[in-house]
Amino acid sequence: MKLSVGTVYFWRITLVVVFLAVWQFSSGRLVSPLFISAPMNVMSRLWDLAASGKLVYHASYTAFHALAGFALGALAGTALGVILGRLQWLAHILDPFLMGFYSLPKIALAPLFILWFGVGTEMKVLFVALIVFLLVFLNTYTGVRQVSREQVTILRLMQASEAQILRKVVLPSAITWMFAGLRLSVPYALIGAIMGEMLASNRGLGYVLSDATAQFDTAGAFAGLVAIIAMAVVFNATVRVAERLVMPWKGVESERELSF
Amino acid sequence: MSSVLRSDDKVTPLRTPERALVEFRGVEKRFFVDGSWNVAVEGVNLSIVQGQVVTLVGPSGCGKSTLLNMAAGMFRPSTGRVLYRAEDVVALNTRVGYMTQQDHLLPWRTVFNNIALPLEIKGLSRAAREQRVQELVHLVGLDGFERYYPSQVSGGMKKRCALARLLAYDPETLLMDEPFGALDAQMRLSLQVELLRISQQLGKTVLFVTHDLDEAIALAHRCVVFQGRPGHIADVIDVDLPVERDLVGLRFDTRYVQLTQQLWRLMAPEMAASATGGKQS
Repeated sequence: MKLSVGTVYFWRITLVVVFLAVWQFSSGRLVSPLFISAPMNVMSRLWDLAASGKLVYHASYTAFHALAGFALGALAGTALGVILGRLQWLAHILDPFLMGFYSLPKIALAPLFILWFGVGTEMKVLFVALIVFLLVFLNTYTGVRQVSREQVTILRLMQASEAQILRKVVLPSAITWMFAGLRLSVPYALIGAIMGEMLASNRGLGYVLSDATAQFDTAGAFAGLVAIIAMAVVFNATVRVAERLVMPWKGVESERELSF
Repeated sequence: MSSVLRSDDKVTPLRTPERALVEFRGVEKRFFVDGSWNVAVEGVNLSIVQGQVVTLVGPSGCGKSTLLNMAAGMFRPSTGRVLYRAEDVVALNTRVGYMTQQDHLLPWRTVFNNIALPLEIKGLSRAAREQRVQELVHLVGLDGFERYYPSQVSGGMKKRCALARLLAYDPETLLMDEPFGALDAQMRLSLQVELLRISQQLGKTVLFVTHDLDEAIALAHRCVVFQGRPGHIADVIDVDLPVERDLVGLRFDTRYVQLTQQLWRLMAPEMAASATGGKQS
């Protein structure tokens, strides 16, 4: 069944309204506000945070941690993914180490990161970078490995140089996978940043969250969550727009009617 | 009468005999599949002189594509030698252009940019590229589809795009594996005419794999008939039709009809008996 855009939005908004209404109603009547606060309180707390400039202050730190780490990790991950994708022998040697590293719960490394890099910005950025790096690397590597050997050979027959093959076949072909890795990493970048801020920081949305809960300020905690969700939505949308711009043929393929 | 030549006979009625450009000497190719050796082709002796159009015809799976692959240097023969300009083909042969059965277009490039690809590799200026691509687009009848992605056009259009790309890169020898299979009759005919014109004017050598017996005679200077399995050369038909051919008028040429009948008889003796009986009446 194909729903019209209007119908979809109608139901989405209805869901939110019902959810908020139930929340507001149950707060103080069914559940103590200490646990769930209430939408009105969260709203006003959010407003206070915004008006005092604290929201922008903390959000900008979180955004910086997430974005800087994302950029660093994505760059390193793409580079290593392309290199190992092209150098099979090296990939073969490194395979068990990379997979072992990948399966490690990254949060387990956080205390070590604090030990190595302190409690400042570097720790959060590098922690985010590590998480993003692994995801982007693995996807890019797979993408480069998936490049059609036939297409590469056809370019070789045209006397293309290795650099031309990389630029004209390997990278465009791997970019779908790269973007899948990037899209996957966005929430993880935020998780990494927030986690770092919760563990050791006095600024950032993660700090707002842990500070509020430490003081039993449930409304403050929810306000922090709302801000985090908003940031995640913006990041995701940005990646999607970038994807459209970089890979116009993908949009064309998905809009196409299914046919054989 | 047409002489049914053995492959190593030197007679090439269309041009003065030259040294072979592409030569297969006692070629056999085995593939290791599922734990056993599978012979794709065996005992192939064939030499192709520059400027010749040689069609390879025969049932599926009798190693015709395998021969093209070896001429392109994708892999080496298990026994025997594959020579290009009297030298063993040991690596990718960049003097040939290969139009494979699958079009292998780059899905992230538009029709226009796919055709422009070999010109980019050659380092042509943007203006020169655009002019040449526009000519080729027109040649293969893709006008108006330049900005489409391969996923948006039909199978026949993809084939034409791949053909234009092959012509853009202008190799000495064209290896073509069923290039016109998915095309409608008119488009097929106009591209056949174009292929013959290019091969004559520019002296291109063409190895052309087809399942279409009429096409196999109409285009060929020589038609190599394969039988399976393992694939081997069953016969070589010397097509002594004029070099300047009118591919439409050819249908009514007695010599052409004789040659096609000969090929039909070779390929499907039982069926040809009744079919040619009908044609002659």
